[in-house]
Amino acid sequence: MSVMKKILGGAAALALSAGALVADPAIIFDLGGKFDKSFNEAAFNGAQRWADETGGKFFEIELQSEAQREQALRRFAEAGANPIITTGFAFATPVEAVAPDYPDTKFVNIDGWMPEVPANVQMIGFQEHQGSYLVGMLAAMASKSGTVGFIGGMDIPLIRHFGCGFAQGVKAVNPDATVIANMTGTTPSAWNDPVKGSELTKAQISQGADVVFAAAGGTGVGVLQTAADEGILSIGVDSNQNHLHAGKVLTSMLKRVDVAVYDSMTAGADLETGGFTTLGLAEDGVGYAMDENNASLVTAEMQAAVDDAKAKIISGELEVVAYYANDSCPALDF
Amino acid sequence: MEKMPAWADAVLVPLISLLLAAILSALVIIGIGEDPIAAVKLMVQGSLGSTYGWGYTLYYATNFMFTGLAVSVAFHARMFNIGGEGQAMLGGLGVAIVCLYMPWPHWSLALIFATISSAAFGAAWAFLPAYLQAKRGSHIVITTIMFNFIAAALLNYLLVNVMRPAGAMDPATAKFPEATHLPTLHDMLAPFGIAFSKAAPANVSLIVAIIACVAVYFLIWRTKLGYEIRAFGHSESGAKYAGISPVKITVIAMLISGGLAGMMATNNVMGESERLIMNATEGAGFIGIAVALMGRSHPLGVFLAAILFGFLYQGGAELALWTSIPRELIVVIQALVILFTGALDNMVRMPLEKLFLMFRKGDA
Repeated sequence: MSVMKKILGGAAALALSAGALVADPAIIFDLGGKFDKSFNEAAFNGAQRWADETGGKFFEIELQSEAQREQALRRFAEAGANPIITTGFAFATPVEAVAPDYPDTKFVNIDGWMPEVPANVQMIGFQEHQGSYLVGMLAAMASKSGTVGFIGGMDIPLIRHFGCGFAQGVKAVNPDATVIANMTGTTPSAWNDPVKGSELTKAQISQGADVVFAAAGGTGVGVLQTAADEGILSIGVDSNQNHLHAGKVLTSMLKRVDVAVYDSMTAGADLETGGFTTLGLAEDGVGYAMDENNASLVTAEMQAAVDDAKAKIISGELEVVAYYANDSCPALDF
Repeated sequence: MEKMPAWADAVLVPLISLLLAAILSALVIIGIGEDPIAAVKLMVQGSLGSTYGWGYTLYYATNFMFTGLAVSVAFHARMFNIGGEGQAMLGGLGVAIVCLYMPWPHWSLALIFATISSAAFGAAWAFLPAYLQAKRGSHIVITTIMFNFIAAALLNYLLVNVMRPAGAMDPATAKFPEATHLPTLHDMLAPFGIAFSKAAPANVSLIVAIIACVAVYFLIWRTKLGYEIRAFGHSESGAKYAGISPVKITVIAMLISGGLAGMMATNNVMGESERLIMNATEGAGFIGIAVALMGRSHPLGVFLAAILFGFLYQGGAELALWTSIPRELIVVIQALVILFTGALDNMVRMPLEKLFLMFRKGDA
């Protein structure tokens, strides 16, 4: 027993001394891995930008298993990291469980939801349906066949949320348009399966789609590649993916996870917590990407129409229905 | 006459395999410019150096014990059950239904029924592949793999459309009620004055796993059914001649195997996450194959191999936390151990056998 106490005491002392030395932020990447060219990579870019600008350093870990969620949170909290940023909705429950044990540490969760947010937790959410609506409009305007495709990653509510906003945008421009929606799979490997993404793209092309929107993490790389090879347009997601196939990617639905991470790290220990932050079009948290790679694809009229819709959504004149509102989509069946 | 004494077969071969894997892993770590000795220290310290580390090591080990036993039982009937993953997923569903939809006065009752339910669900998922193998000759490897995907799709459907609480983004069930929360090792050891880490997820289902190890031992070596399973495994025609029905043994062995895999859910679903999440099994069904191979399909071997793999998992997590060794390389290290202990078994065994034969000749 005394041996056990000694070991525990030693561990505690170690944790305390570590806490006194460092107060670096920490970031925990979800199972997709930090170089997924999409969601997690956007988070990493935000953290890296903070590190480059401030010269600070941050703890990081890429998860390998579900049981590591709580483990990583506790280990970083005990090591004195502050704030601890987590990416992905799956972190909501572990953060909710761990946060009360470390009242002096601030936690951030991106994409998650919890019924009551503890005082030291900040939840950051994005209005993905608004950004998806805008790229849906662009897709419908760029489509000649009147058929557009949506390729999701894993079949989960969040991805249906993307698809639902997209379909509403398409129908707003062309009520007769057909939206083909496919999900890559039902296991987490669906986030990183470019081959399957490529097959789905080909299948959608054979059904007449000439613009496809990939909201599928690393799987989207295969979608964009195949679309470029087959001579149709594609739409990237999360990060600006226009450059992956210049002139072949219509636009990208931006979800500024990098900004959320950067801002949280900049605020550091002074981060405001205890509630939800929702980043939509108004906050530039979501949007569509324009740069020299897609300038020739998006005409001035298209941009004007989309910017008009954007202003209307911000002013509240136009409401894009969120899939979460009643777990169903007015424009698309899953 | 055996070529090698039993102790060499059971201890020496795995030990040398491990050593080879360790050497190769060290070379890999040196190759990316990290210090292998520090890495090993970190792994040992992180997984065995504190009750916290032990808690995680034993948590992973519990998963692997169940799936390892599942694969072992099927091995004894010369069947390759690759479906542990899917069977464990369905076991999770069995646990979730028991915990969510029935009121329980105490965790012990809930655990008993959750164990039965998870085993029943896991066994049911193994039944169809077993039946197809026995009656139609559809190869069990193919059908069980296919059933893994069907299980994932079924679970996905249920979690996204049926069991998810309104408003939640995570495709998972609600938290199980307080009364079904299993005591962790911290709660169990506190009355004995042992301060075990509070945060670690190892729980009472470890005891269930150990009981399962003992039960499988008695089943395989001390019962008529176990004898029949082994006889069938050694020679189907011989078993037939002895009046053992191949159909019956195939189905029963697979039901037991599926049930054991399903029981894993008492640990990861009921004990750890306390709700059913989509990715609950995360490959433990496949690790079970390596555990059974390394443990020579013997419950004691499975027990030890499961702890080794628990150590590798938890040690790997510590490496990922505190070093810049990328997680892909940690998987490489884990894979090397599997490769040497499972696939390249004969590489160590054959020279060793020759060596022992040489010594024996020397004696004679």
